[in-house]
Amino acid sequence: MTLELRNVAKRVGAQTHIHETNLVIAEGSFNILLGTTLSGKTTLMQLMAGIQKPSSGEVWFRGRNVTQMPVQKRNVSMVYQQFINYANLTVYENIASPLRLAKLPEAEVASRVNKAAELLRLVPMLQRRPHELSGGQQQRTAIARAIVKDSDLILLDEPLANLDYKLREELRDELPKLFAGRNAIVIYATTEPTEALLFGGNTATLHEGRVTQFGPTSQTYRRPRDLITAQVFSDPPINTAKVVKRDGEIVLSERIKWPAGKAGTAIPDGEYTLAIRPHHISPIDHGNGRAMVEGRVLVTELSGSESVIHFDLNGRTWVSQSHGIHPFEVGSTARLYVDVEQSLFFNAKRELVT
Amino acid sequence: MNKTFDNRAWWLVVPVFLMVAFNALIPLMTVVNFSVQESFGDNVFFWSGVRWFEQVLNSERFHAALLRQIIFTALVLLIEVPLGLAIALAMPRKGPWVSVCLVLMALPLLIPWNVVGAMWNIFALPDIGFLGKLINSLGIHYNYTRQPLGAWFTTVLMDVWHWTSLVVLLCYAGLVSIPDAYYQAAKVDGARPWAVFRYIQLPKLKHVLTIAILLRFMDSFMIYTEVVVLTGGGPGNSTTFLSIDLVKMALGQFDLGPAAAMSIVYFLIILLASWLFYTLMMRNEAR
Repeated sequence: MTLELRNVAKRVGAQTHIHETNLVIAEGSFNILLGTTLSGKTTLMQLMAGIQKPSSGEVWFRGRNVTQMPVQKRNVSMVYQQFINYANLTVYENIASPLRLAKLPEAEVASRVNKAAELLRLVPMLQRRPHELSGGQQQRTAIARAIVKDSDLILLDEPLANLDYKLREELRDELPKLFAGRNAIVIYATTEPTEALLFGGNTATLHEGRVTQFGPTSQTYRRPRDLITAQVFSDPPINTAKVVKRDGEIVLSERIKWPAGKAGTAIPDGEYTLAIRPHHISPIDHGNGRAMVEGRVLVTELSGSESVIHFDLNGRTWVSQSHGIHPFEVGSTARLYVDVEQSLFFNAKRELVT
Repeated sequence: MNKTFDNRAWWLVVPVFLMVAFNALIPLMTVVNFSVQESFGDNVFFWSGVRWFEQVLNSERFHAALLRQIIFTALVLLIEVPLGLAIALAMPRKGPWVSVCLVLMALPLLIPWNVVGAMWNIFALPDIGFLGKLINSLGIHYNYTRQPLGAWFTTVLMDVWHWTSLVVLLCYAGLVSIPDAYYQAAKVDGARPWAVFRYIQLPKLKHVLTIAILLRFMDSFMIYTEVVVLTGGGPGNSTTFLSIDLVKMALGQFDLGPAAAMSIVYFLIILLASWLFYTLMMRNEAR
């Protein structure tokens, strides 16, 4: 009872939009496609849905090969970044439109539309037209249309990207609840690592048309299989440095080194790429196993409760993200404490070493 | 915010005011001037009130020309708008053919109006014109210089050839501005081509279609050059539309008073019709 991509690839002319991909997605699961713009999220979604046909490989759904089956026959619904509704139909008729196409009896249509409208808090707007709604309400209408018809596959292509901050948070809270208890496979594309972490579920990280890792979100985040995955799944960007491990020490340069700690002891001596997430570097020494580094402050971003400090470490720009307000002067030298136990080490092939 | 008031700013408006005055208001006032007075030359005028207006509005000649004009405009709109829309829908959205189609479409619009008239004049001649010869060789007796019906057919055909492109280009611009996601959403929903047209394309084209109809209405209602060159308003008076009649009256007979009155009535008809149409089309937007 799954959706399966078997060696699916998409090439357009000489360009490869999606490299050979194998994915098995369980029914009733919430799955996130995480990647930057143009990483192939939309193409991958469209391949899953049958909006585009793969150049090679097969798509299987519930044990049937559906590669050649067009999207209209697959019971799919989709929500886009733009708020797409029928401009001259009321909200009610917009939500009802997939049911009308499926020729459901009127009573059934009414009960389903009302249920969806209630879930998305659209009941007072049912008789209005899309242009009389706020952006958030327009997108709610589009989402209601997507959930009203009991689709097998619901695709959400950056649905919150065009909403302003407050509405985005509001809908972000509601979305998982809408899909809970349904059998549908939900695929949610986003560029924001934070969004993926908030939703949980499974995450597939995409980079230049390749799925670099797919698995439970927390696992993908904690144990990225390779450096690219770690970089895609980090905001602010993950800090990296070339290091050498020798004599029980992690050496960045002659002056910057620290004891290997538990994480570092497990790996053999040699050259590695070290990666540390910004929130594992703090201006406050929390003790046990932290290494102090000194760096010239380049930029400080202070929000109400958080400080993001960009500093120069041995010629690379590193970022520290920490709670509290730490107003470092630009140009001054900051002392920062690295939680070295959280280090990730990648070998020459950029794979995680454990 | 405190706004600064400086009356010298009015000087900045003066150039625009002068331009509008010279190219619109002053000529219009001249016409108004002639329409309420009688002149026997030498710049001597006598007040005549609304006499010329009464004369024009009661004249059968004006009624006939107005009726011909309305029928012509209605025919032209009925043919050009659906045809233009259909061509725009059939045109490719992507690829190398797009520019070919666009250039081909734009060509008729680039030809001077009197040239269009001259072209069709020769093209449709029964003895030496390609179109005229072709129709006659099919066994249909066709001579637009003698038959009123033939003259109408040629005039409408010429206008369709000349101006459908405008509707096509406007509709095409409207169509390509619809994001792909809309078509995709329709596809996902399983909507048929007719539903895509009815619920996605047509609503999105509402504004450009309004503009297209308005432009075609105004232009066809004022048509002059092409018809004068093609038929000269004939045979008889059968293709004498309002503008042609007006010129005959003003310059042929030198009846400046009635001609001026007719100009104003003519202008008001176009203004009123355009306003009515626009208000009706945009009524739903305001709500």
